Amino acid sequence: MNNNILTGHIDLSSFEPASAQEKEYMVQLRPSTTFFKDGCKRLYKNKVAFVSLIVIVLIIVLSIALPLVWPYSYDRQLGNRPGRPVDPSFNNLRPLEYSLSEQAAIEEGESVFPHLFGTDAAGRDYFIRVVYGTRISLAVGFFASIIVLVIGMTLGSIAGFSGGKVDMVIMRIVDIIYSLPDMLMVILLASVMRESLGPAIDRYAFLRDIGSNIISLFVIFALLYWCSMARLIRGQILSLREQEYVLAAQATGAKSGWIIRKHLIPNCISVIIISTALQIPNAIFTESFLSFLGLGVNAPMPSLGSLASDALNGISSYGYRLAIPAIVISLIVLSLNLFGDGLRDAFDPKLNQ
Amino acid sequence: MSLLEVTDLHTSFFTDAGEVKAVNGVSFFLDRGKVLGIVGESGSGKSVTAYSILQILAPTGRIVSGSIKLDGQELVGAGEKVMQDVRGNRISIIFQDPMTSLNPTYTIGHQLMEAIMLHTNRNKRQAWDRAVEMLRLVNINEPEKRMKQYPFEHSGGMRQRIMIAMALACEPDILIADEPTTALDVTIQAQILELMQDLQKKLGMAIIMITHDLGVIAQLCDEVVVMYAGSYCERGTADEVFYNPKHEYTKGLLRSIPTLDTVGQRLKPIIGTPIDLLNLPKGCPFAPRCDAAMKICVREAPKSQDINEFHKASCWMNVKALVEAQAALEEQPAAPDEAPEPAAAPAAIAEGGDDE
Amino acid sequence: MDSKTLRYIVKRIILAIVTLWAVITITFFVMHAVPGGPFTREKAISAEAQASLEAKYGLDKPLFEQYTTYLNDALHGNFGPSIKQRGRMVTDVIIDGMRTSAKIGLIALVIATSFGILFGAVAALRRNTLLDKVIMVMTTAFVSMPSFIMGSLLLIVVCVTLKLLPANGASEGGLILPVITLALYPMAYITRLTRSSMLDVLGQDYIRTAKAKGVSERMIIVKHALKNSLIPVITYFGPQLAYIVTGSLVVEQIFAVPGIGRYFVNSITGRDYTLIMGTTIVLAALIVIMNLVSDILYKIVDPRINLE
Repeated sequence: MNNNILTGHIDLSSFEPASAQEKEYMVQLRPSTTFFKDGCKRLYKNKVAFVSLIVIVLIIVLSIALPLVWPYSYDRQLGNRPGRPVDPSFNNLRPLEYSLSEQAAIEEGESVFPHLFGTDAAGRDYFIRVVYGTRISLAVGFFASIIVLVIGMTLGSIAGFSGGKVDMVIMRIVDIIYSLPDMLMVILLASVMRESLGPAIDRYAFLRDIGSNIISLFVIFALLYWCSMARLIRGQILSLREQEYVLAAQATGAKSGWIIRKHLIPNCISVIIISTALQIPNAIFTESFLSFLGLGVNAPMPSLGSLASDALNGISSYGYRLAIPAIVISLIVLSLNLFGDGLRDAFDPKLNQ
Repeated sequence: MSLLEVTDLHTSFFTDAGEVKAVNGVSFFLDRGKVLGIVGESGSGKSVTAYSILQILAPTGRIVSGSIKLDGQELVGAGEKVMQDVRGNRISIIFQDPMTSLNPTYTIGHQLMEAIMLHTNRNKRQAWDRAVEMLRLVNINEPEKRMKQYPFEHSGGMRQRIMIAMALACEPDILIADEPTTALDVTIQAQILELMQDLQKKLGMAIIMITHDLGVIAQLCDEVVVMYAGSYCERGTADEVFYNPKHEYTKGLLRSIPTLDTVGQRLKPIIGTPIDLLNLPKGCPFAPRCDAAMKICVREAPKSQDINEFHKASCWMNVKALVEAQAALEEQPAAPDEAPEPAAAPAAIAEGGDDE
Repeated sequence: MDSKTLRYIVKRIILAIVTLWAVITITFFVMHAVPGGPFTREKAISAEAQASLEAKYGLDKPLFEQYTTYLNDALHGNFGPSIKQRGRMVTDVIIDGMRTSAKIGLIALVIATSFGILFGAVAALRRNTLLDKVIMVMTTAFVSMPSFIMGSLLLIVVCVTLKLLPANGASEGGLILPVITLALYPMAYITRLTRSSMLDVLGQDYIRTAKAKGVSERMIIVKHALKNSLIPVITYFGPQLAYIVTGSLVVEQIFAVPGIGRYFVNSITGRDYTLIMGTTIVLAALIVIMNLVSDILYKIVDPRINLE
């Protein structure tokens, strides 16, 4: 717009009053979204969390899909075929090496699927053991978290809704269990459980397949780790009740229920999801820790922790056997943590700027 | 030359959500010993302007362009060392919330002496004396005893006095007061304002008073800047702006104050809510809420015009008035004594258009 | 100190005592829930031999009596004889192991705390710069890696591949890697804690006042910000110790360090029940007490107390 405004340069019609629409057009309100959509948008923008999510999904998909198509199974000792003499050349193969009989087969023109990570001391394909171990670790982590979620929600809700003596008793128990040094108790219980639960488990074929150690792991988690979830839920319920009274005092009648549902349920759910998402890597870590100490899954079932533990023995010659499960666990736990952090940044209403 | 000259200041905050344009082209100047008021709603950019002067913006904030000259010395881009010398020494500031603005873990004496020893050459003993002197100046009784006490042992009004004492300890040329009475009770407000008036007369420093309370402006200020959505609407002497407002926003503000004349009538607030600084529209930022908004207001932001020697405003209504006056005069052949006006009017517009 | 704080402290002490009691009780009953007792795993022994062994260890008495006896003994520091290490008292084994483990643990604690605070402060001050981002990435990585992973990787890289340090904890310089492994997670955690706490403090109004007075950035940090930022780090002392205790179980396995962690793990696989119990209780007591101390310390220095 030039500086010298002379009458001729201005269109007098510009001085006519502006209509209401023209004024509104100036103000582009940011499109209002629901809490959920807003959070998803923020999560999407967080590249790190997004990449982590992709990594986790990839790992999960691979751990489920690969054992189905892989020619080797995790418990098959390849040198140990029924009816034939034991072939020790299958043992301790380096990545992409072949045993003697396999080499012979190749020379005859057969194609043998390569051992990407070699084989372990018992002649089992290491790659598929790692993949299977990942599956176990993920499954244990996931189910343990679900168990914790269910128990925590139940007890937390009971405490929150009942109030009074029931609430107090439950909270005292929570306090005590919370103060227990969890790892020590876990180790203690783990070392004992498999002995005592053994006979109980053997009765059910389904449970036997899973293995006494994993069952005892679930039992331990159920006993010890539900506390923080219970506290969270109880806290949410208490604040819900407080809001209810406040709103009731304002005599808005039926509207109060709607407001509570609209504002507090998103709060609750996001808190639950975030807490669970951060619990899963914790569970996986505990499981691998126990397996590392020999208290985890039963042989021959592999878990990333037990694979690492077994590999300690041959570490000078077969260092990669320790490094591979170590890296995989780190990747899983790291991605889950980053994703959980991203979830929290996106959905935690308290952290909103 | 004025003591402080702010020219076309633009300050923005660069957040994850985008650039928040907090201050868009504000200019004013402050002479020695004068009191300037900056008035506007919350979010109008008044505090940000003050923080820009001292360069104490939050980490995401930055002065994008413009100039701030203290006694001719350019402060924008002058560097930390220069600014540390200016802060607390030549320009001081007191904040809105005295409860949180003092460090809870240090004694009052310590905090006062810190400022004194930073900028003057006094030793501990002299700093102590000076601090006590300052406490007395702000009418705090038993100053020696207070020196050893902690902020939490005092009320809001007392803490604000302590803040004032701290700010004035090094005899600054300018005191910036960012809504100093908003967080206080009404009676305390009056005391603090009276104190500030008193000190101003005694010490002769210039004051920039930031507030949303027009009454405070009327009581204390020589000159006023009215801000809205980061831009300035009008500025001039207090009398001019109050009795001859030339911006629709100012008019709206003044209209909305209930007076004895309007007893029994409906209150006339300005409808609507302040604009979103992330998505500043192209035209005048006040247009969506302005009753008198015109098509040109929606299209383009107005430039500043001189109303008279003491008064500038940025509002298309003024241009419209001038244009209409010109058109009216052109329709009739000019009578000799009216002839000079049309010549003067466009000249005034032309001049007003290109400064600040 | 006002009455509210005092009440809190008393409550916490009671909780700690109850927890300790719970630990001893749980440990006792869990161990005795194992079917067959500690001797049935041995190579077959005659019924009389078994009976006399059980009498010797007091295992023929009713369970509750055994419990009270054990409780009484434990409170006096007597955890009985080790079942597998013939001739040694559990207490002696524990003290022996603690010598090495305490050394490693304390050094790791000191390293973790000092470097953690340093890195955290630097990250907060150079927020959003490259340095900050690098620190954040590294801490995230270390925080996600379980101690046995770190330890294993370090073992492979430093000892096996590069052959810089011995893999055996008992040898010269063999304690360096265990200390580093133990220190990494707490250091990363403290870095993040310090950073967020300092950012929080730096956003406070009184920091702005200090800046407006012309105080230099360095002085703002040292005088005004640091004190308040370090308070959350104090609360972390308890959990930090817990981590070091459990971490040492693994680290001592990996690096063959003759410490209490290693004895504990071996006692589990070897089913040395008295040793398992004794070690669990001692370590648990350590953790519970440390948690108590750090909780109390925090309550005392909480700035909100000062503002009363």
